[in-house]
Amino acid sequence: MTLKECYTEMGGNYDEVIGRLHSERLVQKFALKFLDDPSYDLLQKSLESGSYEEAFRASHTIKGVCQNLGLTKLYESSHALTESLRNGYSADVDGFAETVTADYRQTVDALRRFKESVEG
Amino acid sequence: MNGVTEQKKKVLIVDDSEMNRALLVDMLGEEYEVVEAENGMQAIEILQKFENEFSIMLLDIVMPGMNGFEVLKLMNQYHWIENIPVIMISSESGSIQVERAYELGVTDFISRPFDALIVRRRVVNTILLYAKQKKLLGLVEEQIYEKQKQSNMMIDILSHIVEFRNGESGPHVRHIHVLTELFLRYLVQITDKYPLSRTDINQIGMASALHDIGKMGIPSEIVNKPGRLTDEEFAVMKTHSIIGAQTVEQLPYARDEEFVKISYEICRWHHERYDGRGYPDGLKGDEIPISAQAVALADVYDALTSERVYKKAFSHEKAIQMIVNGECGVFNPLLLQCLVGTADSIQEELRKSEQGDVSQRNARNIIEEVLNKEGMSASERTLQLLEHERMKQSFFASMSKEIQFEYTVSPPMLTLNTWGAEKLGLPEVVQDPFQDGELSNMHETKTGREISDAVRSTSPEKPILEYDFQLNMGGELRWVRITSRTIWSTDEPPRYEGVIGKAVDIHETHEQMKLLEQKAFHDGLTGLFNHSYARDRIKERLEGRKDCKFILAILDMDKFKQANDQWGHMFGDQVLIHFAELIRKNIRGGDIAARVGGDEFLIFLEYKTDIHTLVDRIFHSLHGQYKHFSISVSMGVACTEEVGIDYDELFHAADQALYNVKQTERGRYCFYEKNMQTDCSAISSIETEETEGE
Repeated sequence: MTLKECYTEMGGNYDEVIGRLHSERLVQKFALKFLDDPSYDLLQKSLESGSYEEAFRASHTIKGVCQNLGLTKLYESSHALTESLRNGYSADVDGFAETVTADYRQTVDALRRFKESVEG
Repeated sequence: MNGVTEQKKKVLIVDDSEMNRALLVDMLGEEYEVVEAENGMQAIEILQKFENEFSIMLLDIVMPGMNGFEVLKLMNQYHWIENIPVIMISSESGSIQVERAYELGVTDFISRPFDALIVRRRVVNTILLYAKQKKLLGLVEEQIYEKQKQSNMMIDILSHIVEFRNGESGPHVRHIHVLTELFLRYLVQITDKYPLSRTDINQIGMASALHDIGKMGIPSEIVNKPGRLTDEEFAVMKTHSIIGAQTVEQLPYARDEEFVKISYEICRWHHERYDGRGYPDGLKGDEIPISAQAVALADVYDALTSERVYKKAFSHEKAIQMIVNGECGVFNPLLLQCLVGTADSIQEELRKSEQGDVSQRNARNIIEEVLNKEGMSASERTLQLLEHERMKQSFFASMSKEIQFEYTVSPPMLTLNTWGAEKLGLPEVVQDPFQDGELSNMHETKTGREISDAVRSTSPEKPILEYDFQLNMGGELRWVRITSRTIWSTDEPPRYEGVIGKAVDIHETHEQMKLLEQKAFHDGLTGLFNHSYARDRIKERLEGRKDCKFILAILDMDKFKQANDQWGHMFGDQVLIHFAELIRKNIRGGDIAARVGGDEFLIFLEYKTDIHTLVDRIFHSLHGQYKHFSISVSMGVACTEEVGIDYDELFHAADQALYNVKQTERGRYCFYEKNMQTDCSAISSIETEETEGE
C-alpha cells in the first residue's frame, strides 16, 4: 500500500499535507507516529470518568494533530467533539464521541496496514 | 561564545502534544537548537533558568495545568516578554483568542495546520526583527549616553570654574550632586508628597552643580576672603543666589526647558530655609521647590564636613547632629528624615563617587526609564526581591549540611540543592522521580509510599510534617529526619501541588537513641525487659487482642539469697543471667519475659487450649543446675480466663498465687483461685524472707 492509498482509506487529504510539509518522508514518519499518540486513549478514559475538561484537551490535541497531518475525516469529527466539550458536557458529546471512535478506528486500521506493507 | 561559526539560535517549543512538538522540530531543521516543554509550568521553569538564552518561543494555547495564556501572563509579570518574542501556535483561531494573545504581547500567530515553509519563515523573521530592535535600542542608548556625556562635561567645566574661583574644596560640586540625589531617592521612598521620577532626580542632581554659579558675579576679595565676612560683605555675598538665577535665565537655551527651570530654582533658592528665615526671598515651607530644599541640605552638610579657610571640618556624626538640632537653620522635616535615614550610606556614597562614572550611571537610569515608563513597577521590584531571596537561599543551602528538596506534582519533578544532590549521588533535577529507578533504590518502596501518604494527609492549615526514615546513602542505610511543608494551591478545594523540605542526617543521634531506649526498657544485668516496660507491652497486648487467652506468671527463685551469701554477689549475678537465659530459651517469640526485681521474674504467654501442659512444661524447663547451685523456682500463675484482662488485677492475682506457694511449700507452682484473696504479697514478702534467712 502506498502512503497516498493509505490517506484515501483514512479519509485524509494527501495532496494537501504534501503541499504543506513538502516531504513524503516527513508525512510518513509522523503519520506512523500517530499510532503511538496517547491522546485517543486519554480521551476515552476521561470521557468514561466524566473528566470533561481533560476530555476537551485530549480531543483538542487529536484535532490539532489530525489537522497537521491532513487526516481530514478524523479532524472534522474531533473538531466537532472539541467544540461540544468546550464548555463542559453537552448533549452532543456522546454522538460526536461515537463518530470520533469510528473515524479513529478507520484511521488506525489503515495506518496499521500501511505500516505492515512498509515494514514487510 | 564562538568567534568563527555563529552559535545556533535557541528555540523553546511549548506544546503538550509530543507529536506536534516533534513536527515543529523537524520543520525547523538543523539550524536551531530546540528545547521542548510539554506544559506551561515546565516552560516557566526553563525560562526561569535560561531566559536570556532563547531567541524565540513557540507556544501552544490549550495545555493541561498552566495554559498558554497563563504562561504569557507570567512572562509579562517577569518582563521576559520584552526579551523573548513569542509566536503563538494553535488551532484556536477565534478572534477573541487572537486578540487576547496579541494583548499579552505575542509577536505572531501560526495556526494549524502547520505549513513547513510558513513556520520556518515566521521564526526567522521574528528573530531578525527582534535582533534589529535590540540593535536600535542599543543605538538610542548610545546617543542618550553621548548627549548626557556632553552636557555633563559642560556642567563639569562650568562648576570647576566656579570652584576654582571660589577657592572651594575640589569635590564640593560632586558631593552636592551625590547627596542631593541620595536624599531625593530616599524621599520618594518614604512619601508620595513629591512625585519625582528618576529622570527628575537625575536632572536635579545635575543642576545642583550650578548652585553657586552666581558667585562668579561677586568680587573675588569677598569670595576668597580668609576669615569671617563683615555684615556688608555678607550682604554682597548673599546676592550670589539672585545673580546665579539671572545667569541661568539668560542662558541662550530655550527657557522653558526643564533643566533650565530646575537650575534656576536651585540657584535662587538654595539658601532659603523651611521656616522662612533664609534668603533671598524668605520663602516658607514648600514654597521653596523641593530641588532647592534638597540642595540646601546637601550644601550645609558638605560645608560642615569640609575644611574652610575660617573653620575646621566637623565629623560626619557631628554635622548630622548639628543639622538635626537646627543649628544651621530649619529644614523640611521629611528631608531631615532622609538625612538621618541615609546617614549610614552617605560616606560610602561619597567615596564611591570618586571613582564612579556618574554620567554613565545616569544614562543607564534614563534608558531604563524610557523602557519602563512607570518607573520601577511593583512586579520588577518583586522580581528583584525574588532574585535576592533566591541568592540568599542558595547561599544558605550551600552552607548548611543538609539535603534540601522541592517536589512538584506537575510536572513531576524533584529538585535538590547542590550539596544534597552530591550527597545522594543524584542529579539536581530528577524528572518523574517516582518512575526513576535510581531514586527508588534509595529507600524501601514501602517507606516511599508511606511518606507520600503522610504528605498527602497534611492539610493547608497544617502543612508541616516531620518524619524519620532510612535512606540508602552511598550504599549505607542511614537514618534521616525529613521536615517538609506541603504546598497546597490557593483555590477551592485546595489541590496538592508539591512539597518542599529538607532532610538532615540524624544517624548518630538515632543510634544513640536506640541505645538509650535499650537502656531504658531493659534490665541492665539480664537483658530482659524491665518491669515497667514489660507492663506497657503486656497492657498493649491485652488491650489489642481481647479475644485471646493469656497467662501471667511471677517466678521467684528459691534459696537465691543463700547463693549470694555463700558464693558472693558476682556468683549471684551469674545465676540470674543464667536463669534469664533459661527463660528466654523456653518461651516463644511472641511471649514476654521480664525481670521484676531481685530474683523475681515475670513471663506472659498466650495460650490456646491446654493451659496446664504449657505451664507445667515451662515450669520444669526452668529447673536445673548452675555450677554448685541447683535452681529451683516458685511460681504463681494467673490467667485472663479467670481474672480478666486488667493488668494490675492479673499481676496481683499471680502475686497471690505465688504467696500461696511460698507460704506452703516452695519449688512448685500454683494457679490463682478466687479464695486466695488476701492482702499479702509474695513480692513484698521478700524482706521477710530475708530476715527468716532460710
